Amino acid sequence: MRALLLVALAVAVTATTAAEIAPEARRSGYDFASSETRAMQDDDAANPGILSVLQGETLWRKKAGATDRSCADCHGSARTSMKGVAARYPTFDAALGRPVDLEQRINRCRSEHQAAEPFAWESEDLLALTAFIAHQSRGLPIAARVDAELRPSSDLGNELFHRREGQLNLSCSKCHDDNWGKRLAGSVIPQGHPTGYPVYRLEWQTLGSLQRRLRNCMTGVRAEPYEYGAPEAVALEFYLMERARGMPIETPAVRP
Amino acid sequence: MDRESQGGSPTRRRIILLAAAGLGFGPFAVPGAATRISMDEAIRGLIGEAPVERGKVKLEVPPIVENGNTVSLTISVDNPMTEADHVASIHVFNQKNPQPYVAAFHLGPRAGRASVSTRIRLADSQEVVAIARLSDGRFWSDGADVIVTLAACTEQ
Amino acid sequence: MARVLINLPQRAKRGEIIEIKTLIAHPMETGYRLGNTGTAIPRDIINRFVCTYNGEEVFRAELFPAIAANPFIAFFTTATESGELAFSWTDDHGQTQTEIRKITVE
Repeated sequence: MRALLLVALAVAVTATTAAEIAPEARRSGYDFASSETRAMQDDDAANPGILSVLQGETLWRKKAGATDRSCADCHGSARTSMKGVAARYPTFDAALGRPVDLEQRINRCRSEHQAAEPFAWESEDLLALTAFIAHQSRGLPIAARVDAELRPSSDLGNELFHRREGQLNLSCSKCHDDNWGKRLAGSVIPQGHPTGYPVYRLEWQTLGSLQRRLRNCMTGVRAEPYEYGAPEAVALEFYLMERARGMPIETPAVRP
Repeated sequence: MDRESQGGSPTRRRIILLAAAGLGFGPFAVPGAATRISMDEAIRGLIGEAPVERGKVKLEVPPIVENGNTVSLTISVDNPMTEADHVASIHVFNQKNPQPYVAAFHLGPRAGRASVSTRIRLADSQEVVAIARLSDGRFWSDGADVIVTLAACTEQ
Repeated sequence: MARVLINLPQRAKRGEIIEIKTLIAHPMETGYRLGNTGTAIPRDIINRFVCTYNGEEVFRAELFPAIAANPFIAFFTTATESGELAFSWTDDHGQTQTEIRKITVE
């Protein structure tokens, strides 16, 4: 009996030593990027992501759909109305009965309130509008809240983050909790905090969403990536934002 | 501008090139390199028979680059930029991209300061060279070696 | 019309050397990338950038595929008089996009 208890204890101990990063030890991907990459992000006159933010600003004021309304017609100046919004996403959508990320919320506005075609995932327009809205939260701390209705999503995201997957049989946690700061094929492994999305990734030579980046990671370990907008993708996004709670938003960030 | 010939299998090309090298046709280290103008040839196309001296030009590029898609580059030339003595143009070359040319910047006395910044692509670890043509017709240069690392997680 | 970002001072003293930063949205397709079918995606880049100051050329750049996507070019010019700076980008199809910025020189 005692042997069984000891074994159970040993298993419990090893299961929890997948080292979570202590809150004060959390660092943004910015800290792991080279000084040139950081300089690109810091200068709004030279940050290529700002081009998308400007495009988003134009879209914000563009009338769309059968209602012939723009975002501005309902929300006014984004500087005030959208301040802090991106920091709270993904969040629970009561009408849909499930969590949604910012891109999904934008598309819901388009179809419900503008009677317009929703933007395709990863389209230039959706990225621009998402970047523009998220940019209004730049500098504000990520404020993901785990309300009762978000608990299942948080638990799912947590499980997915720690689950080994793909032909390489790696979990997100193995690299980004246990081996951050070390090198993988010449690149420094960051902690994986979504502080600056949509992000201008040098590898893409364009702006891209968090879901696109997660799909890259999954392809990297040779796992089947989640479909855009899948519940797993949103759950993982939510867990990552929760894990990064308190860290400031940097949109549009520049990353290698 | 794309004059790369893509015909023939790599192995076949390698055999022909090695044979050519054996006949004294010059150093062909990379299959397909025969169709690419070398950096030296490109530079000669600019300066002709004129000499180019190292100095006055400062090429600032990171020694190790996180991603070859976007490499910050600044070239400045120590020069008063007057009507009588100024930088007429700055030309940038690379060693291992499919083409040796990167950019040519045309300045003049109205520039005030001979300094240009841009972002370039480097396909591999290689040398980058900047050559400035001054108003007196002389050429000055600077070069730098850049190590290019590849991204760990890509889409393919 | 590609998205453009131009940064320069609106006012300057006569003779002051000012820095101008320009950024334009463009993929700068090199012509060397292979598409899904294995054939190269055709080259499509901005190959020329010109800045004129009240009609006179003060800076010109010839660009090649080695220039990164969303070309960033920063350079200097002397604030000689009040007027207009015109920035033109020309692509491989011969299309030119021009942006005008005013400057006041005291």
